[in-house]
Amino acid sequence: MSRQGLRPADPKKVSGELFTLTYGSLVAQLLKDYENVDDVNRQLERMGYNIDMRLIEDFLARANPGRCYDLRDTADKIQQAFKLYLGVSPSIGSWNPGGDEFSVVLETNPLAEFVELPDHCLGLRY
Amino acid sequence: MTIYNLYIFDRDGQMLYYGEWTRKKQSGMSREEEAKLMYGMIFSIKSFVTKMSPVDLREGYLTYCTNKYRLHLFETPSRIKFVLNTDVGAQGIKELLHQIYTQVYVEYVSFNPMCPLNKPIESELFAAKLDEVVRQSPAYASRPA
Repeated sequence: MSRQGLRPADPKKVSGELFTLTYGSLVAQLLKDYENVDDVNRQLERMGYNIDMRLIEDFLARANPGRCYDLRDTADKIQQAFKLYLGVSPSIGSWNPGGDEFSVVLETNPLAEFVELPDHCLGLRY
Repeated sequence: MTIYNLYIFDRDGQMLYYGEWTRKKQSGMSREEEAKLMYGMIFSIKSFVTKMSPVDLREGYLTYCTNKYRLHLFETPSRIKFVLNTDVGAQGIKELLHQIYTQVYVEYVSFNPMCPLNKPIESELFAAKLDEVVRQSPAYASRPA
């Protein structure tokens, strides 16, 4: 996330706060349009899926990670991607005994920085 | 050193783009058939090389040479394949293909919401940028070898 003083570095970079606010107003508008929390969740998931299809190409191009050898490697790469795109380092934990499930935990979610969900939106997966 | 032509295939083998710079002899078949033939060959060679290789390879880059041309294959982990034919003495093609991937494909196709991912690329901006990158590369010369 850039602050005032570091502006000149890359014209393509946008302030993190602007991104957070944009995302917030997008969700707010979706809620107004659909009025149903489940529909909004579904749309957000579809949007996320489509974004990811394209984002993966960018990640491969930038980080050039190579194939994943096993699931732990996959977890590491996911961590790397979060760092690259959102600037946060999630922690990987809760490996199940078989080693084929794990959790990615974000301490702070930059997308939800200024957000407080009202009572009627408790089911919303922001 | 010259660059002859470029094919881009997606993960299912569909041809997304064909670009040509210098081609003195046509193959005598339609573009679709030629694309299928090319993809089939690439798939078979990759599978053959992976099985027969005495060393472990995870590069994503493969090249073969005949006495008339050299074919370079660059495959991303997302199974997008870039196939470039150049003359025999071309150097630095691996970097060129990587550059095409990062600077042209990712920017003008992946980031373009109007470009559907599994259909042939119709963006003129993509074509223009690709042409620019290829012509600027040291491997391209206007005199065919």
